[in-house]
Amino acid sequence: MAEKMALAKAINESLRKALESDPKVLVMGEDVGKLGGVFRVTDGLQKDFGEERVIDTPLAESGIVGTAIGLALRGYRPVVEIQFDGFVFPAYDQIVTQLAKMHARSLGKVKMPVVVRIPYGGGIGAVEHHSESPESLFAHVAGLKIVSPSNASDAYWMMQQAIQSDDPVIFFEPKRRYWDKGEVNVEAIPGPLHKARVVREGTDLTLVAYGPMVKVCQEVAAAAEEEGKSLEVLDLRSVSPLDFDSVQASVEKTRRLVVVHEAPVFFGSGAEIAARITERCFYHLEAPVLRVGGYHAPYPPARLEEEYLPGLDRVLDAVDRALAY
Amino acid sequence: MTVESTAARKPRRSAGSKAGTTGTKRTTRTTPKKGADPDLVQLLTPEGERVENPEYDRYVEGITPDELRGLYRDMVLTRRFDAEATSLQRQGELGLWASLLGQEAAQIGSGRALNDDDYVFPTYREHGVAWCRGVDPTNLLGMFRGVNNGGWDPNSNNFHLYTIVIGSQTLHATGYAMGVAKDGADSAVIAYFGDGASSQGDVAESFTFSAVYNAPVVFFCQNNQWAISEPTEKQTRVPLYQRAQGYGFPGVRVDGNDVLACLAVTKWALERARNGEGPTLVEAFTYRMGAHTTSDDPTRYRHDDERAAWEAKDPIARLRTYLLDSDHADEGFFAELEAESEALGRRVREAVRAMPDPDHLAIFENVYADGHALVDEERAQFAAYQASFADAEGGR
Repeated sequence: MAEKMALAKAINESLRKALESDPKVLVMGEDVGKLGGVFRVTDGLQKDFGEERVIDTPLAESGIVGTAIGLALRGYRPVVEIQFDGFVFPAYDQIVTQLAKMHARSLGKVKMPVVVRIPYGGGIGAVEHHSESPESLFAHVAGLKIVSPSNASDAYWMMQQAIQSDDPVIFFEPKRRYWDKGEVNVEAIPGPLHKARVVREGTDLTLVAYGPMVKVCQEVAAAAEEEGKSLEVLDLRSVSPLDFDSVQASVEKTRRLVVVHEAPVFFGSGAEIAARITERCFYHLEAPVLRVGGYHAPYPPARLEEEYLPGLDRVLDAVDRALAY
Repeated sequence: MTVESTAARKPRRSAGSKAGTTGTKRTTRTTPKKGADPDLVQLLTPEGERVENPEYDRYVEGITPDELRGLYRDMVLTRRFDAEATSLQRQGELGLWASLLGQEAAQIGSGRALNDDDYVFPTYREHGVAWCRGVDPTNLLGMFRGVNNGGWDPNSNNFHLYTIVIGSQTLHATGYAMGVAKDGADSAVIAYFGDGASSQGDVAESFTFSAVYNAPVVFFCQNNQWAISEPTEKQTRVPLYQRAQGYGFPGVRVDGNDVLACLAVTKWALERARNGEGPTLVEAFTYRMGAHTTSDDPTRYRHDDERAAWEAKDPIARLRTYLLDSDHADEGFFAELEAESEALGRRVREAVRAMPDPDHLAIFENVYADGHALVDEERAQFAAYQASFADAEGGR
């Protein structure tokens, strides 16, 4: 029953399915109702499920997450939208001090089935605060789970699983891939939410990525193949928990690892992966783990973002450096 | 000051009959006292006189002597518990204590206005409200002793965990109330916060959300005049209850040291919530008689004479006077209560001293509901590390 649909549409279908199958599921956020969200991810949902379930909220991110916590305490399963990555910070306090800790501080008495959807990343020529990748700022916080799909099928199924989770999930949506189409089988049996997937097998080096960078890494692998290099591409899908076992298994085979993300390299998820894989695969590695990502500078104006974002050439350059050891 | 006016302020303990359920005939005054704040709802003066209030009297009209004694008992036992906790901190049994001394009427009055199915979102100082909800006082002490971060099940008493980040809980209360409305339930929600919290964005956002969605929530602000060292003037240029007007719902200032007024005004606000009339802001005008917490030193920022002025408005003393004046309680009642207080203090003391430290592996418990690979890995590493000491000791 596979159907081809854009990633944004896949999330829309997934939300629709969740709203249909569980009356406790709510969709909340700025402009998610009548407008259907600025990216139309929630298009048509309010029309079909009403204003009580698909809620246009006041323009206040802390209020959105804070009231979602209260609704979860009452037994609801809110899926809230933060309109853009750079706007999540007014809600950061509620997410970090309240949402993440509620289950632990209640000694397990209170569950927090809240999904925070955040369209993230660059590459769409946007103005300031509309292109950031703040996943590490959340991955550092115990109590949260952090996922990011790279394709339409994952977007559909990972959203289903995130909504079913009794833990808070920060769901990072790769906004520049919203319009990319892919096969979605809504009757498939999905794999575990937090398991990585090998999207391309290879023998010479492992590329690890998630969200928007998976596509870039696939292009890199294709280009490298023309030069006779065999790269394995691993889509992490989940940043917290992070499937180190899959990364380890791949690196033990290829002996080289390059991690790619849009977020700044400094203290980014690549740093954590490099440290742990070095510890786990010390005697397998033929080269230091390299990272390709954003620089330690504010996300630049749109005319410079192509230079800032990891692209085909920069990743290939890192691949060459790793292979040169 | 004339002799006559001085005499007029003294409690008229000897006059009148003993009839009625509240003794309003003898101890009730219809005209507000000269110099009284017209904006302040007060049913019981600091001198223990019952004053009539056409708007709010009906909410305490049927109150029985038994219930009045109950309110008194609640306040006395809460104060005793609070004093015991302060002592336990001084003895090193607790790491910290946030005393509610002086705020007993605000908490007991509002707490006793609630129905069982109403839901409470407290700060970290709502020991009196917790008492009203039936949360065992010793359960409140776990977090202050450092054995947990909140030791009770919020849903067993409809009393949420204490919230330490200032003002955050007002949004949780609002969201919960939005859920109550969605469920078509008959309950109401009450959010506690203070004058300091009124400056927080979360409080402003909770006002916005609750107003927009007409949520059945009561915002109960205990203005105890001090946010650690900062007086209310550092938080606001208008009386706090007036803030509600800008959001489109009513705000009322009540004498926070008058348990009857707090009971009546909260009942009114809860009734509005239940009737679908949306949120209400209640500002309970009170005073933090003690330090912010046991770590604080108020002598650095406020004068003793301010405290002394508020001492004359003590919430417990005025109800005692009223109970005696209206013959609703006799010395036997007070003596019995004294004994009960001491027993409570003893029970709390013993329970705290017996509270065991948590198991070391508790660090890793309940971090997630559905588990997390990293937590499992670190738990195993930590357990192995700890076990290595046991092995070493066992081998000796």
